[in-house]
Amino acid sequence: MIKWIDVYKAFGDKPVLKGFTLDVHEGETVVIIGYSGSGKSVAIKHVVGLLEPDRGTVEVDDKDVPTLPRKELYELRAHIGYVFQFAALFDSMTIGDNVAMGLRKRGEMSESDIQHRVAEALELVDLPDVEQQYPAELSGGMRKRVGIARAVALRPKYILYDEPTTGLDPVTSAVIDELMIRMREKLGVTSVVITHDMRSAYRVGSRIAMLYEGRVRQVGTVDEIQHTKDPIVRQFIEGRATLEGEAAALVSPAAAAGNAVARGGGRA
Amino acid sequence: MNVIEATGRWVRFRVEEAGRAGRFLEEATLALGSVRSWLPNATLQMRRLGVDSLPIGLLIAVFTGIVLALLASYSFTGAVPLYFVGTLVEKTITLELAPVLTGLALAGRVGANIAAELGTMRVTEQVDALETLAYDPEAYLVVPRVVAGTIMFPLIVGVAMIVGLGAGWLASLGFLQLSSDEFLKGARLFFSAFDIEYGMVKAASFGFAVTLIGCYKGLRARGGAEGVGHAATQAVVYSAVMILVLDAFWAMTWLHGRT
Repeated sequence: MIKWIDVYKAFGDKPVLKGFTLDVHEGETVVIIGYSGSGKSVAIKHVVGLLEPDRGTVEVDDKDVPTLPRKELYELRAHIGYVFQFAALFDSMTIGDNVAMGLRKRGEMSESDIQHRVAEALELVDLPDVEQQYPAELSGGMRKRVGIARAVALRPKYILYDEPTTGLDPVTSAVIDELMIRMREKLGVTSVVITHDMRSAYRVGSRIAMLYEGRVRQVGTVDEIQHTKDPIVRQFIEGRATLEGEAAALVSPAAAAGNAVARGGGRA
Repeated sequence: MNVIEATGRWVRFRVEEAGRAGRFLEEATLALGSVRSWLPNATLQMRRLGVDSLPIGLLIAVFTGIVLALLASYSFTGAVPLYFVGTLVEKTITLELAPVLTGLALAGRVGANIAAELGTMRVTEQVDALETLAYDPEAYLVVPRVVAGTIMFPLIVGVAMIVGLGAGWLASLGFLQLSSDEFLKGARLFFSAFDIEYGMVKAASFGFAVTLIGCYKGLRARGGAEGVGHAATQAVVYSAVMILVLDAFWAMTWLHGRT
């Protein structure tokens, strides 16, 4: 189980998370939606300890991530797959070596078993026979699928997807959605998916949470979100440019401007 | 008020930067214990940072040796026996010019290379990806480069010393009509094994500083191509300054007072 408990995080004097609280239960896929720069990536980076909260905490399997000693943090990371927005493949390595990286680090498998697992992971994402190619030789969609293969090769308990369909054509997006569903159904993986793509959110999500002004605005099943009466959530899921009537006053200038909050950054 | 605020902000930034650099050094030192993580990469880095840098080191050594021989002859103006050209070339090459000039050239080549490579990895989230795969970036990226730099800089400088001395010798034969015996007599006259030891230790400290600064600046890069470019520039400038500081440090603490 993954728990964000009253997490606050700011970059300089710019607050991003302001009391973010959310639970992700075993076996479910929780989709986090929200405006660009609202702190969705920041939230999931806390799960693997890439960022530390200023206040509050994040728990994974009852382990308090920010206070874990380095060795235990690395052990925890071995159970969590992370799919980066732009795949973050190691460009000096072949696809096969990229997917094998985590397995080699574990040091539990022979090289032939690793090769077998790599082929299996690439097969799962419908990319056979690309082991010897380099990331630069693949399309954006293929690179994202390799990113998923790298995460699933470790047979993780959890997978965190950071905008897996952003920038892809509708067909490739649908392929990625299918993959995420396959991960849950075939491997029983618990997932957190960050996306702006509502069609994707409805397809893959067990529950959907909207992050707004640093905290969860609403969380519910796909049906609950689709029938929400919350004007902010409605505006987002319907993709309307403006709110009507009194609800317009609820939108802060920061959110309306699409807050350009700094992304990324290592463990401070 | 604005001046006080600005000064306070500047001081706070510098203190924070010093703290970050100290923590980075501490983490890199601790990562030395993860031999299995850094050893395989260290050999690759020795080739990339060391062997591949040899041509530039040798080129500098050749020209430095020639110029030094001619410069010595010009300066002596008949008042000092010409075989002292060998003395001056040997002393200057081994004690100062081979380590410092090679170090400065490698600060550009190696420092910029490391900062640009790690900076690109940082801004494209490859460093984050490494961490999520349970790799320690200090052990996997920093330690191999620093170990390779600390080992390979002295080797390159050692070869540069030999080549520089050889170039000075040939220049003396060709341009100064000095015989080999005379040149070698001068070179041996005040030769001490300490000269080589001093030059090598200096080169090792330069290698350590250049690679560490390159790694630090690279891993701190932010904001895309511009950030990577900025990191590479800073790495070269800081490395060059650190080489001069270390050069003075060794002269004051080790060379000074020796007879």
